[in-house]
Amino acid sequence: MLELVVISTLNGVLFGMLLFLLSSGLTVIFSMMGVLNFAHASFYMLGAFFGFQLTKWIGFWPALVLAPLLVGAIGMAVERYGLRNTHKHGHVAELLLTFGLAFAIEEIVSMIWGKSPLDYRVPALLDFPAFTIFSTNYPAYKIFMLAVSVIIFVALLIVLKRTRVGLIVQAALTHPHMVGHLGHNVGRVFMAVFGVGSALAGLAGVIAGPALVTQSDMAASLGPILFVVIVFGGLGSLPGAFIASLVIGLVQTFAVALDGSLASAFGPLDPSAGPSVLTDIWNVTIAQVAPIVPYVLLVIILIVRPMGLMGTRES
Amino acid sequence: MTKATNSTSKAGADTSSGSLRFYGVWLIGIVALIVLPMIFSSGGSLTSFSLIGIAIVFALSYNILLGQTGLLSFGHAVHYGLGGFAACHMMNAVVSHGWPIPLPFIPLFGGLGGLVFAVIIGWVMTKRAGTVFAMISLGIGELVASSSLILRSVFGGESGITTDRTALPKMFGWSFGPQLQVYYLIAFWLVLSAIAMYALTRTPLGRICNAVRDNPERVQFIGYDPHVVRYLAFCFAGFFAGVAGGLAAINFEIANSAYLGAIQSGFVLFSTFIGGTAYFFGPILGAILVTYLQLGLANLTSAWQLYFGIIFIGIVMFSPGGIAGLVMMHRPLVRAGTLWTVIPSYLVAVVPTLALACGVILSIETVARYSGGEPIDLFGIGFKPTSPVTWVAAVVLVIGGAFVARLSWRRIAEAWDRAATVARDRGYLA
Repeated sequence: MLELVVISTLNGVLFGMLLFLLSSGLTVIFSMMGVLNFAHASFYMLGAFFGFQLTKWIGFWPALVLAPLLVGAIGMAVERYGLRNTHKHGHVAELLLTFGLAFAIEEIVSMIWGKSPLDYRVPALLDFPAFTIFSTNYPAYKIFMLAVSVIIFVALLIVLKRTRVGLIVQAALTHPHMVGHLGHNVGRVFMAVFGVGSALAGLAGVIAGPALVTQSDMAASLGPILFVVIVFGGLGSLPGAFIASLVIGLVQTFAVALDGSLASAFGPLDPSAGPSVLTDIWNVTIAQVAPIVPYVLLVIILIVRPMGLMGTRES
Repeated sequence: MTKATNSTSKAGADTSSGSLRFYGVWLIGIVALIVLPMIFSSGGSLTSFSLIGIAIVFALSYNILLGQTGLLSFGHAVHYGLGGFAACHMMNAVVSHGWPIPLPFIPLFGGLGGLVFAVIIGWVMTKRAGTVFAMISLGIGELVASSSLILRSVFGGESGITTDRTALPKMFGWSFGPQLQVYYLIAFWLVLSAIAMYALTRTPLGRICNAVRDNPERVQFIGYDPHVVRYLAFCFAGFFAGVAGGLAAINFEIANSAYLGAIQSGFVLFSTFIGGTAYFFGPILGAILVTYLQLGLANLTSAWQLYFGIIFIGIVMFSPGGIAGLVMMHRPLVRAGTLWTVIPSYLVAVVPTLALACGVILSIETVARYSGGEPIDLFGIGFKPTSPVTWVAAVVLVIGGAFVARLSWRRIAEAWDRAATVARDRGYLA
């Protein structure tokens, strides 16, 4: 049991940090432009596929740098030529534009790379067990993923809180017109933030690709969870996104690892009762419920605290 | 938006010729629905008409949310799917208990299925509008779609719930075995739901929904709670989506978890938005077009969904009013008689726009068929996806077409502005 707790905690924190790499960009973009970028998870997917392709051509380490840059460039182009032109039609149009993009990106990816999972392997340099804990080998690559996420997290914090660039970005979040009057090109700041956010998503994709499955439906399966994270944490709140990422990451990892059901805890129902909703609920294992846990959390938080964990705004 | 609906209501109420035209449009629609299967009587076209009918009800129900109340939902298929399941269970129950309920009443139970879920979950969901509502609807959609695979006894797991529509009591001697009878059943419910949903937009509730969409704060000042209004609209939308789901269950004689999924939700969003949300007939156009394309394109190319995505992005960026918005834009010009000044610039733009479209199609098909190597047949001209000639042609068409098309579009905008100014001077444009 203790083994399960330790391993699941490690995996959960890892998944949570990965979620935060994505949700941080999404949150900053949202609070800056009021746009929820539906295609954010698609940028994550693009990162994984670019990572795979570049790894094949030039090796993993150059890919680790190049793929996020490519994704960032695509993100900037989307902001400059898509969102900026759509802005005059309102937020719904912007959201729909990114929705259409997400749809198109998924189709393009499955058109080029096919629908089946890719053979995206952990680089040989990191393909060894980092340590053995309770007879389980913990792969070094996961430690590497954790390290990258933490480094990015710290770097982001320092840039946002301690540098002049961060100051301008923060000011543009709340007072874009004033920042414009002070002589900064707010449009370019928006574009840069969008690019950096997309690049972070791409980076998450590159490092998550070998550990999780690289497949054309990875954006569609992660995207909704990502939105749960930022609604759960409170829209536009970076600390909220951080806490929510860790909570969702841990909860989901533990749910997958646990194999209990009500039936195993309290004994099976009388089989003569026949198939009914109750026996379904009674016999379902926690692992089977894992995919819906984030959404249940979402419903609960909406009833208890509609603005989200750390959110301040009602809408 | 509201201006346009006002003008149609004026056409419906003020003048007798206007009201004649208003009822005329509905009558023509009904007659067309009756006559269509007599003209196109093949099995394939009957199936297509049935699917289109279901899609229209579904898209119209979605527009109660998106167009009327301004709620962008990414999980509308939940009500559609639950309606489908409710209808399937009801049909099986009718057969096993021998209840005297004939098939034409079944969609009502589908609607109730969609409504019950909307009543339960809607209050929490509609607390907030805008982006938050969109995200919550997405989450709820995923929640229900995932739960449907867990609750096997209700949703039948992966395979779904099957039923037999012919086993129900007969009505007017119809067994509803042949597709033609099912088509007329769908057409009947389509007309009924369309009239009901149109009537809903005329009621005070429909009006206050528009107000909530445009300015919720003002609505609060005049003493309405936007939350309640959104909730009511959500329930109505859920009911009619359930009706559509029930019709689908009758048509396919099965309900499975795909009914509830994100793909179905995206499909209805595409139909409604491509058709245009500002006019009542917009979603009808969109549902016809999208369903028709879906049926037609799927046979032609493996990348058909990408074309949807591109059409959708194009509509969002260049014509947020959808096809209906584009059509209605020309009404004042037609009335003022200045439309003919615009038409030449349209004709000029046709060639480069077509070239651009061909270039895009060629590029997509080249990528899609590169590994397989099947030839591309573009309007009778054959291209090989592996040959550099094709690549060059695609690039030239895309870049050249885009460049010239932009110029021609600018000309259209100028000509349109001039025509609109004249129309305004003659008093046809507010």
